[in-house]
Amino acid sequence: MNFQEILKYFVYAGLIFTVLAGIAAYLTLMERKVLAWIQQRMGPKYVGFKGILQPLADGIKLIIKEDLLPSWSDRAVYWIAPVAVLVPALLMWVAIPITEGIVLDDSDLGLFYITAISVLTVMGLVMAGWGSANKWAVMGGLRAAGQLVSYEIPFIMSILAIAMLAQSLNLTEIVNQQKTFAFILKQPLAFVIFFIAGLAELGRIPFDIHHAESEVVGGPFVEYSGAHWAVFYLAEYMNTFTVAVLTTILFLGGWVWPEMPFEGRLHDFLSILLFMFKTVSVIYLIFWIRGTYPRLRIDQLMAFGWKLLVPLSFLNVVITSVVLFYGFSHFVLSAISIFLTAVLFYMISNRSKKYDSGETVNVVSASQLRDSQR
Amino acid sequence: MISTDLLLFFIASSLVVGGGVLVVTVKNIVYAAFALLVAMLGTAGIFLLAFADFLALVQILIYGGAVVVVILFALMLTRIEDFKGLTDNSQKPLAVLASITVLTIMMYAIVSTAMPSSKSDPVSMIDLGVNLFQDWAIPFEVASLVLLVALIGAVVLVRQDDEGR
Repeated sequence: MNFQEILKYFVYAGLIFTVLAGIAAYLTLMERKVLAWIQQRMGPKYVGFKGILQPLADGIKLIIKEDLLPSWSDRAVYWIAPVAVLVPALLMWVAIPITEGIVLDDSDLGLFYITAISVLTVMGLVMAGWGSANKWAVMGGLRAAGQLVSYEIPFIMSILAIAMLAQSLNLTEIVNQQKTFAFILKQPLAFVIFFIAGLAELGRIPFDIHHAESEVVGGPFVEYSGAHWAVFYLAEYMNTFTVAVLTTILFLGGWVWPEMPFEGRLHDFLSILLFMFKTVSVIYLIFWIRGTYPRLRIDQLMAFGWKLLVPLSFLNVVITSVVLFYGFSHFVLSAISIFLTAVLFYMISNRSKKYDSGETVNVVSASQLRDSQR
Repeated sequence: MISTDLLLFFIASSLVVGGGVLVVTVKNIVYAAFALLVAMLGTAGIFLLAFADFLALVQILIYGGAVVVVILFALMLTRIEDFKGLTDNSQKPLAVLASITVLTIMMYAIVSTAMPSSKSDPVSMIDLGVNLFQDWAIPFEVASLVLLVALIGAVVLVRQDDEGR
């Protein structure tokens, strides 16, 4: 390896960081606009044309803000934590292709690499919680650890079903396998599980119990301010983008489904456009869910993960392997998967009805409480 | 001029050794867990240099992700003040003796084994899968059985504790 090659890697790293930081910045604007639209507000509109420069203003504001260090904090851990969250978010992009050939390392282990690296994010959150030496931060960090470790299982199992269908862990190969049918048509159940578990891994509403403001007042980030706080949110939005891109690659047919017309350059350009359109749609769906659903309680979250998603994801892997082993038609797989998805949604709605009817929470009015104490 | 491979090896192995030394010397038990993570990631780096890509990723996923997180989870839920006695080191001479014995045996094994000197090729994912699930299926199943037993054992222990309350 000579000097030029080493320089090349530095350029790649800088490029990935710059592009992703820009995307993350504009995702914040998109989120605010979408949420504003859902809640019948205007959203940011003063900076630049219709608020288009708002992320820049936010960035400048966050960088010049005073960076506070609590005197009782564990200094080394406190400063390393934001880096420990950001680095895995960037590392994942080594193996993610945007279109045929545009990828840093088209590794045969790509999918496995991404799942392995994504786990490391938890460490940063736990470190942030510990370093802050604040009870809410520690509880938030522990909640993050519990939640992410639980949802890692359905996340990986749904990916496994896709890897079995594609007979590969190479992301480019997985996309090319979807030329006739995208995997969402063959594996709707895996798609739903992947998407829900992905939301939980991101810690977005309705799964944001680790920084639930009304319970742990901001969780691991409670003591952070200024640029270090910004790094956490940068990483979170980068991860949102990554999950959306992965959903597109694994389930929505990436850049090959449906096949774009024309030849040569125009075809490639349209393919990238299609890919970006799908990604933005998935991100829009994530923001839409955030604007629509309330936060789950921690016991609901754990019960949902362990009692519903984990068994269903294992069942999905078993069904997929049986269908593939006996060489049944893939339509059988689609039919079973659609049926199980219907079961999943029925159980979700049934559960929420049970909670709505107040079976678990006994609401006591103040006057009743007074009467009982007499 | 040293080669890049050698340089990377020294970086990875210093992470392993440095992390390992910190795990046993650091007084704060949470720092020890973080140092353990560093040592684990360094080991993954050494696996990468030895062309064992899959093993390196498994190392990150299982040890870096799951094991250290579970250790930290347990540590943060316990009160560190309760474990001051753990760092008294009354058994230090015995520990030193045991470590030196293990080190000697390992050194002897490494030095006396003839290492293949040629540069090895990376094993493809497909070869690995076929070997693991066809030729070595029974050892693989035995290993998962051990894990299952441990899992059931943990559940049983926790349940007893719960009922005795």
